[in-house]
Amino acid sequence: MYLPNANTRRTATAVFLAPSLIGVAVFCLLPIAMSFYYSFMDYDLLAGSMDFLGLKNFARILTGREFPQVLLHTLTYLGLYLPLILVCSLGQALLLNRSFRGRAVLRTVFYTPVITSRVAAAVVWTWVLSGRYGLMNQALSLFGIKGPAWLSSRVWAMPGIVITAVWKDTGYYALMVLAALKSIDPALYEAAGIDGAGGARKFFSITLPLLTPTLFLLVVINVIYGLQVFDSVLIMTDGGPGGATTVFLERIYKYAFRQYKMGMASAYSWILFLIILAFTLLQFRLQKRWVNYDA
Amino acid sequence: MMPKLRAKQLRNAAFYVMVVLMAALTLLPFLFMLSSSFKGSEAIRTIPIRWIPERPTLEGYIRVFNMPGFSFGRASLNSLFLALATTLVQVLSACMAAFVFAKLPFRGSDKLFGLYLATMMIPGTVTMVPNYIILRIMGLLDSYTGLILPALANAFGMFLMRQAMITVPDSYLESAMLDGASLYRVFLVILLPMVAPTFFTLVLLAFMGAWNSYLWPLIVLTSTGKQTLQVVLGNMNSMYRNNEHVLMAGAVLTILPILLVYVLSQRRVDSGIALGGLK
Repeated sequence: MYLPNANTRRTATAVFLAPSLIGVAVFCLLPIAMSFYYSFMDYDLLAGSMDFLGLKNFARILTGREFPQVLLHTLTYLGLYLPLILVCSLGQALLLNRSFRGRAVLRTVFYTPVITSRVAAAVVWTWVLSGRYGLMNQALSLFGIKGPAWLSSRVWAMPGIVITAVWKDTGYYALMVLAALKSIDPALYEAAGIDGAGGARKFFSITLPLLTPTLFLLVVINVIYGLQVFDSVLIMTDGGPGGATTVFLERIYKYAFRQYKMGMASAYSWILFLIILAFTLLQFRLQKRWVNYDA
Repeated sequence: MMPKLRAKQLRNAAFYVMVVLMAALTLLPFLFMLSSSFKGSEAIRTIPIRWIPERPTLEGYIRVFNMPGFSFGRASLNSLFLALATTLVQVLSACMAAFVFAKLPFRGSDKLFGLYLATMMIPGTVTMVPNYIILRIMGLLDSYTGLILPALANAFGMFLMRQAMITVPDSYLESAMLDGASLYRVFLVILLPMVAPTFFTLVLLAFMGAWNSYLWPLIVLTSTGKQTLQVVLGNMNSMYRNNEHVLMAGAVLTILPILLVYVLSQRRVDSGIALGGLK
């Protein structure tokens, strides 16, 4: 855009950029440097003491008994959540992609859990999953299944958290899949129909391959978010029962804000960051094998 | 002809069965919540579930507003104020930066733009601890200013707005300036109205995000009088383990306002949310 006065332009640029620049510098860039620095320190916020430890925080975490457990629980969450969220959001999107009466209503219905906060979802599902009187086990009993006391069972607590998350998130990712479905050229289906392809054939030969870029995006995003699962864990199980649902962010939160060991918490968060980075890079490596970019 | 028609009807029936099933799976937990919230602590423990309460009572709701220790009404007002203030700060800062990147490029602005986008990749996990310490140094712990300040940096919102602003022709803005309008006036009165759909999308996303946020307010706000709705509701979950009707009343009251905001603004922004597709 042309401005006659260079001075006006310079002043305006400075004024308009100032808020976001301060934000990015003070609350994004500076924290990275600080966190890196703290991760080599024994920093007790309550005592106010800070001593150089070198790599001892990292060594303590990686060789401790807790870390493999935390990794296992987080990966269990991810391993259950990922396939479920992909199948459910694909399913919802396929339903929404047809035109029928009540489609707009259904769309709002599917989106309602997304608007619900994670806290409220966790509170509601704690009750839904409660052993005897909860909705889940009463529904299961209709099929003759005796459900477990989900959140107080070492085995079933994590699946319970996963079901809650899938219920809450499906509507969100379904909209992304729906947008991708809408961009598929209808002529492809017509041509396939003329060649005698049935519904299943069309789905597996046209729809699914053309959805792979979106599904790839969903996998990447959900691995990043999934490795940072927190709210529902803290509220539904607080890491229990008996430490059966401890996950990374829950550990970091407790090191930092229950024990005030800021160095430990910082080191832990860098380890988590490296794990997230490794997973993300790995997926970009593997995408050639299954993602289809020529439509 | 006949078998073909029947196959089609069968497929249609299967489709509607799936629709009803999916809608039921989505809604039943909400109905369970709503129904439980109007019962007493014994009436919620029945097999099978009585969906319509036999003797409906507001006991749960009354107890929510008379909790020992913290006030649900106060927390609601806190949340409303914080959500509005956070939205204002976040949207304004994002729009202002977007204006520069879209309409006032300078040498190196594309590099700065890249830097902003790169901040989206920093996990909140890494910045959480140092941000807490920064607020502590600034003396802003347990204050709303401290809670809101990090909203100044919002690369996603900036990106969203910049993509919209870039489609507005320069000539509109230039001719307004020729008529004597200042750059600030052009920004507020000409440019923002022209990107209104994206603007409202960002407002809604920011408001929902702020209303629903949990971890950051949990860390920053320590005095009970300042806590937000989500934090209070989270605390209630462990305190009212055997009084689920109180919990469900709390959940209803937490969900209802944001649901109302969404339904009322849906027409305006829905396409934008689908388009945004990212948190």
